Amino acid sequence: MNIAVCIKQVPDSDKVTIDRETNRLNRAGVPSVINPFDENALELGLQLKDKYGGKVTVITMGPPQAEEALRECVSVGADEVILVTDRKFAGSDTWATSYTLSLAVQKAGDFDVVLFGKQAIDGDTAQVGPGVAYFMDIPVITYVKEAEKTDTGFKVKRVTEEGYQLWEVDGKAAFTVVKEANTMRLPSLKGKMRAKSATIITWGADDLGAEDAKIGLKGSPTIVKKVFSPPIKTNRETIQNEDPKQSVKELLGKLKERKLI
Amino acid sequence: MEYFLTDEQKMIVELSRKITEEHIIPNRARLDEEEIFPTEILKIIADADLYGLYIPEAYGGFGGGVMDFILAVEEFSRGCIGVSVSFAANALGIYPVLAFGTEEQKQKFLPPIAAGTKQAAFGLTEANAGSDAGGVQTTAELVGDHYVLNGTKQWITNGGEAEIYTVIAITDKAKGARGASAFIVEKGTPGFTFGKKEDKLGIRASATRELVFQDCKIPKANLLGKEGMGFIVAMKNLDHSRPGIAAQGVGLAQGAMEAAVKYSRERVQFGKPISAFQANQHKIANMATEIEAARCLLYQTARTIDSGNKDFSMESAMCKLYATDVANKVANEALQIFGGYGYMREYPVEKMFRDAKILQIYEGTNEIQRNVIALDAIKKSAKQDKK
Repeated sequence: MNIAVCIKQVPDSDKVTIDRETNRLNRAGVPSVINPFDENALELGLQLKDKYGGKVTVITMGPPQAEEALRECVSVGADEVILVTDRKFAGSDTWATSYTLSLAVQKAGDFDVVLFGKQAIDGDTAQVGPGVAYFMDIPVITYVKEAEKTDTGFKVKRVTEEGYQLWEVDGKAAFTVVKEANTMRLPSLKGKMRAKSATIITWGADDLGAEDAKIGLKGSPTIVKKVFSPPIKTNRETIQNEDPKQSVKELLGKLKERKLI
Repeated sequence: MEYFLTDEQKMIVELSRKITEEHIIPNRARLDEEEIFPTEILKIIADADLYGLYIPEAYGGFGGGVMDFILAVEEFSRGCIGVSVSFAANALGIYPVLAFGTEEQKQKFLPPIAAGTKQAAFGLTEANAGSDAGGVQTTAELVGDHYVLNGTKQWITNGGEAEIYTVIAITDKAKGARGASAFIVEKGTPGFTFGKKEDKLGIRASATRELVFQDCKIPKANLLGKEGMGFIVAMKNLDHSRPGIAAQGVGLAQGAMEAAVKYSRERVQFGKPISAFQANQHKIANMATEIEAARCLLYQTARTIDSGNKDFSMESAMCKLYATDVANKVANEALQIFGGYGYMREYPVEKMFRDAKILQIYEGTNEIQRNVIALDAIKKSAKQDKK
């Protein structure tokens, strides 16, 4: 199985602090990590490779230091890693990023499946996975927890707020993967050593044959009008019984269980 | 402190630390409480390619030395020495094959240990042969092309869990210590059974059992080295493995100190964190200094061994003695900083305090280490006089 995984390097949110005077994030010196959901996508890719054989290619678009994230992917078992980087890509929004990445994925090979994390923890848009699938003209299934191969394509379990859905897809597809899918494996010592000397394939805008008007700031139609915190959504539970006494008893039990009373 | 580690060694430390943080620390209390052998964690260590650190590449290992090995042991020991001893006992069990085995024996027994698919153990101690290893009573008699083993080994780490055992038995009673030989015995050999699992004060995740041999027939090809070399095999093996115990001491002490310093910053008494009191600061200063001294002695000894120097009994004994005494002192002081809370199972220092004691006992008591060191010093002095 020929598997592509698209990842993003993001600031380690655990280590980001806030400048109390300016109320801005202190991003300088904050270590970068692989976007956590992309780790789930990579692990799913590695599991598919373990099960069906094949090759895992990891692609990232970002500044040259994203090479570090690609080496980490090699240490856990990625076969080939590609860095898509160019000054011309600066200022790309999710639309331009999706276009650029789709060119890179198509140039990298003929993949049976293209995997993404469900979203990146810095932007939280969840748009790039479906965006790449759009430009590649392949179906996309979001919030995937499990995937297995069928004779004609894939069978996947997709997580929803109420439970899960089973989907079947014929031919090539893109999936965005949720955290519940797995935990990324630990690197091995041999993997770490391989990562140290691994070749990072690097492509710029010209290598991809990208149209200038569709990349970087020029190719980015997004305008940020306002930034605000969305209302907090909490899980709601209804306790309903014929006998209200029973409901009270259940409620008290639940509160005690959570050590709230 | 700059430890002058190679890039590979830094990777070993990083990887071992990750395993310790993610898999050993979250599980150590349960493994201790329920006396569970850490099979799953050992599998994770094996998958990370850390089982064969000291085994040559030709046999599927990493091709490193004692230094690479002790770095991993130290990190695991920061979390739990019950786990780290289960890992390290493999080296004690298989090193005799590495050092004295024939090519066939190496081909057969080293690869599964390097891959971590099998465990190894070393059987020397008996009821009447502890510090006095010369008192071994287990016998091996050559009958045709087999040796027949009879006797009981005691307190064998990884006993019952391991598949490959290096066992010391007497082949010629008349020759005393020179009549001992070393053998490889595989689990499942008829006549080879195990006693009950010992109920211990500490390192409760590790498995300690008796090895019982009753007319146990093993192929002649399983003799290690030559007949009569058993005592040399055992002593060389212990010289070589003692830095592993020192690494357990350094790691345990490091873990205990880190826990105590963190707690001292959080615990408030008389309106201040207790880290503000000089009585505690002096404890912390002594712990930090002695751990660093123990680590330096350990690393220097490991590098001496890896340099090919053949004469390292004394250094090996010194690092074991010092690091394990430090571990006990630090575990004691760390618990004292925690006060009453430290005596409770909710906090990790209670377990570290119980675990630390074995380090002064196994792989040669610290009294035996002092004998080794003193004899070496005396011999050197006598040699000097002769010149």
